[in-house]
Amino acid sequence: MNGDWILRVEQLSKHFGPTCPDCRRLTGPDTGRSQCPRCGTVWACVEANLQLNAGEVLGIVGESGSGKSTLLQMIYLALRPDSGHIWYRDNGGPPRDLTTLDRYEARLFRNTKLGIVYQRPELGLNMRFSVGGNVAEKLLLAEWRHFGRIRARTAELMVKTELPPERIDDEPPTFSGGMLQRVQIAKALASRPSLLLLDEITSGLDVSVQARVLDLLRRIQWEDRITMLLVSHDLGVVRQLARRTIVMKNGHIVEAGLTDQILEDPQHPYTQLLVSSAL
Amino acid sequence: MSEASDQLYNFALLDEDAKREIRRKLLKAVALPGHLVPFASRDLPIARGWGTGGLQITLSIITPDDTLKVIDQGDDESVNAVNLRRLINRTTGVATTTDTTAATIIQTRHRIPEEPLRADQILVLQVPMADPLRWVEPNLERATIMHSEADYGKMWVYMYESVVRAGDLRIASQYPVIVNRRYLMDTTPIPRWDVPKLHMADTLYLFGAGREKRIYAVPPYTVVEPLQFEDYPFRTEYRPGQRCARCGAEHTFLTEHFVSDSNGGRWETTCSDAAYCAKRVAQMEATA
Repeated sequence: MNGDWILRVEQLSKHFGPTCPDCRRLTGPDTGRSQCPRCGTVWACVEANLQLNAGEVLGIVGESGSGKSTLLQMIYLALRPDSGHIWYRDNGGPPRDLTTLDRYEARLFRNTKLGIVYQRPELGLNMRFSVGGNVAEKLLLAEWRHFGRIRARTAELMVKTELPPERIDDEPPTFSGGMLQRVQIAKALASRPSLLLLDEITSGLDVSVQARVLDLLRRIQWEDRITMLLVSHDLGVVRQLARRTIVMKNGHIVEAGLTDQILEDPQHPYTQLLVSSAL
Repeated sequence: MSEASDQLYNFALLDEDAKREIRRKLLKAVALPGHLVPFASRDLPIARGWGTGGLQITLSIITPDDTLKVIDQGDDESVNAVNLRRLINRTTGVATTTDTTAATIIQTRHRIPEEPLRADQILVLQVPMADPLRWVEPNLERATIMHSEADYGKMWVYMYESVVRAGDLRIASQYPVIVNRRYLMDTTPIPRWDVPKLHMADTLYLFGAGREKRIYAVPPYTVVEPLQFEDYPFRTEYRPGQRCARCGAEHTFLTEHFVSDSNGGRWETTCSDAAYCAKRVAQMEATA
């Protein structure tokens, strides 16, 4: 793997539980289990490898419990991996292993280099603050201290994400589900992150709203050339946004390649099942 | 110490182990300015919420040679101040005073005295709510993690919302500050007027929250910066032209109260620091 990469994940693993000598043999895609029947350990992500090139959108698909959100949370530095490395490189500079950062450094990195959009807006937004306050949080964390400039940037982001800027001081519960996802996107983009992480962002939205959110992301990706990691169980969403896709099952990456290739000619039996059930 | 109090109580009421533990926590608090240090808050003959945190600190550090001053909202004669002073006096026998300059330990609620404090004085503040993050994060465990990572983004959003809702930084008391460029700290319900007195002060400030079982400190010559925006700076309550109706002071924190008279009464502003006001009045009368 080489090229103009921004993120490289090597042998990344995460499990929850005590583990036993038979764990690894009794779990994985071949057994159809993530949880060890002997000791109850859940192997959420096992020796994952991936590379994300600058400006590209990479999709991660898989059924619920396949480990895609765990992988995303580890990349977001919200979950510490048991083993493996997450290498990050800024504009072709020297790579940094993000797994070695302490909590303080990880928070700083998260606030300046990463943006995340969750499936449930209440995870990404504070419902007691105004929409403007929520978006401004990212700027304030990046040490913006001029109220006027913060307001101007927040309004600019609201326009960019097709939100009415006159509602900047309204509280999130007065917004619709699709609008809240756009507020989350505005917040995620506020500090001009290098990498945007999208966790099942269209799940729970109706089809027309889903299409609008996806159009917005496509436009942002086109305009800003922002690198995105998109997690979804919906192959249609991944097809619309991602050039390359990896497929996860029971904590393992079972297939990786160009999205079209995976959808047209799936190799792994699980991917074949996933594609056939989506069509 | 009187013979009676010597027989009835240990010096300063608390047992020596309790005082030693509190002094150890005070040392930690001084070593980490602004950091909330947990301590085993003892039961006292006054109810929690009536100054038990400040009282335990005072009782732990007081010596027979000290001179004590107790104020409540700037007044030495309020019920709470009188009761606390009497309790400390009866269990220690130390001298008490209302003169700020004569005191070595000043226990206070809601005010810092107007007269500049010296390096040989200690100010003990009673704290009702120790953690400023309580405004934005009700979960204590998460708030502790936020402090450990200096993750104060939500508090800044709170300041942002203050400007949005009120048009300015209208936080009347408990104004949040960053201590030693590291920890976010609650200034207790002192008015904004007193917040600058914490910055690079000669005096040691000790804060005790008995109900919440937390101690924190601002040692002398520590940088204390209020949270503010470049275009909405921190401002005290000072109004040009303000004046104490009793002593004529124009440089003090004033409180407003209603005075009844034959014309139906009127609002009057006087110094909040009652002892300082009385001292100025006495000086004026002596020179007149």
